[in-house]
Amino acid sequence: MSISKEEYDSMAKKASPNSPVFLDCVKAFLFGGAICAFGEGLMQWFTGTAMTLEESRALTTSVLIIITALLTAFGVFDTIAKHAGAGTMVPITGFANSIVCAALEFQTEGRILGTAAQMFSIAGPVIVFGCSAASLYGFIIYFFGLY
Amino acid sequence: MAERKGKTIILQSKPRFIGNAAVVGKKEGEGPLGKEFDEVFTDTTMGEDSWEKSESLLLKKAVEKVLQKSAADKSEVDMICSGDLLNQCIGSSFGIRDFNIPFCGVYGACSTMALSLCIASLMIESGGFERCIAATSSHFCSAEKQFRKPLEYGGQRPPSAQWTVTGAGAALIGKNQSTVSPYIDKIHMGTIQDFGITDSNNMGAAMAPAAKKTISDFLRDTGTKPSDYDMILTGDLGSVGSELLHQLFLREDGLDISAVHKDCGLMIYDRESQDVHAGGSGCGCSGTVLCSYILNSMRAGKFSNILFIATGALMSTVSSLQGESIPGIAHLLNIRKGE
Amino acid sequence: MEIFLDILKAFLVGGLICIVGQLLIDFTKMTPGKVLVLFVVIGVVLGALGLYEPIAKWGGAGATVPLTGFGYNLAKGTKAAVIEKGLLGAVSGPFSAAGVGIMVAVLSGLVVSLFAKPKDKG
Repeated sequence: MSISKEEYDSMAKKASPNSPVFLDCVKAFLFGGAICAFGEGLMQWFTGTAMTLEESRALTTSVLIIITALLTAFGVFDTIAKHAGAGTMVPITGFANSIVCAALEFQTEGRILGTAAQMFSIAGPVIVFGCSAASLYGFIIYFFGLY
Repeated sequence: MAERKGKTIILQSKPRFIGNAAVVGKKEGEGPLGKEFDEVFTDTTMGEDSWEKSESLLLKKAVEKVLQKSAADKSEVDMICSGDLLNQCIGSSFGIRDFNIPFCGVYGACSTMALSLCIASLMIESGGFERCIAATSSHFCSAEKQFRKPLEYGGQRPPSAQWTVTGAGAALIGKNQSTVSPYIDKIHMGTIQDFGITDSNNMGAAMAPAAKKTISDFLRDTGTKPSDYDMILTGDLGSVGSELLHQLFLREDGLDISAVHKDCGLMIYDRESQDVHAGGSGCGCSGTVLCSYILNSMRAGKFSNILFIATGALMSTVSSLQGESIPGIAHLLNIRKGE
Repeated sequence: MEIFLDILKAFLVGGLICIVGQLLIDFTKMTPGKVLVLFVVIGVVLGALGLYEPIAKWGGAGATVPLTGFGYNLAKGTKAAVIEKGLLGAVSGPFSAAGVGIMVAVLSGLVVSLFAKPKDKG
């Protein structure tokens, strides 16, 4: 064929429909906002019961994770996420879902080498880079006396 | 001996389709071709405890069905040629292990139905084999697990993404006197075409050049034109790949093939209501459409001369992670009906 | 009434952070995994530079529930650990700060995998 890779690439780009960005963003905003608003409601409630800010944040995170785990287990989370996109992925719900969905999927390869080994197949990089960046920050402030 | 023109092989033995069968999952059964399939399994686990086992059972059911429909015993089959998308083709090997029929495992990604038919017809052409089964399978869940994300992962599919068909198709071919059965007149094994597409959510775009090359080479070898055929049927180009195939033909040869071109990926689902984005894909897509609607329609006299071109994307999760582009392949069969 | 204002603020901040994520997915073809890594690292960096603190104060859960907040929490926890334990804190801090999120997710994953199975999406 006489067509070059570059020409084909632009032809393919033209032929491929784009994601409906505006609609995607509206939905991400609404779903993501709603999850955070729910979280804020929980936090307000927890702090009202003589918990420290730290404790109520941790408990809020935990509640959101447990709800996500249940929605994932009952096959509902992905149906919501199909519409919500980044709205469910960016909050802690996305992190929790990535761990729970892998735990479910790889049961068939056994509890140890399936569920446990694959649990972090998606969330692993987040932990590796997040914790490493934080650790690097710890070293910097320690050695430069910035604390 | 087979005659060869360019890269096209004209078969002298004219292997006929003695029987064909297709079994599918729930979503495919609800699609526009739902009534054409031999069996629809609404429980796509098939009662098995893993998706890989479900897929194997699907293939087994398709092979059993084709034997039953052709009133043939498995001892009368000289070879099964089959492949699928799973690592090391376990869908096929585990589905077929109890049949005690010589097995030729093939890998051609989603082009497998055409590849297994090409090889099976050459085996018959060789004279050493009387009857062969060509088969293939794919399962949405096992494919997602292997190539994408766990099923319960919450993510969005881009509009160019395709939906893997849950289904298995099988065809029994051999020397047969019945003139009602369609036969394989010519085969054409394609060359790999890679135009640098890297987006694994846009397989149609990666495979369209391979389909174009195979069809063009075949038309040149045989001195025919698209309008000589009742249908040019591609495997799973989907909406994006089909559009690109039309554009490539217009651009390179000035030919408008849109009137004769059909794509299995666009036939098996209702794209609007079934939420499959750019259409169906997977080995089972072209496998089930050919082994049901198409061959049945040919028997009924609806079409008498078609080109079947199953397309495949020959990448793996490893090659994608290493930044490789997606090589496309397309194999062609000229299926005819008559004396 | 103040509670409702706080909830509204959380809605706005959280929603806006999610829009950034959506734009990255739609326009850059970045895989979700990469977007999440980027978000958590941005959270650590902004937290380290002290820029996330005001967002968290104003937006509440809107800032702490998204993964950037997880990153911010890692930076904050690590700093506290360094203050308390010195050099050891730079190593032990990140995991103890991430501990709640990771462990609750792991335990939930283990528990639900005892009774649930993935379902076909057809």
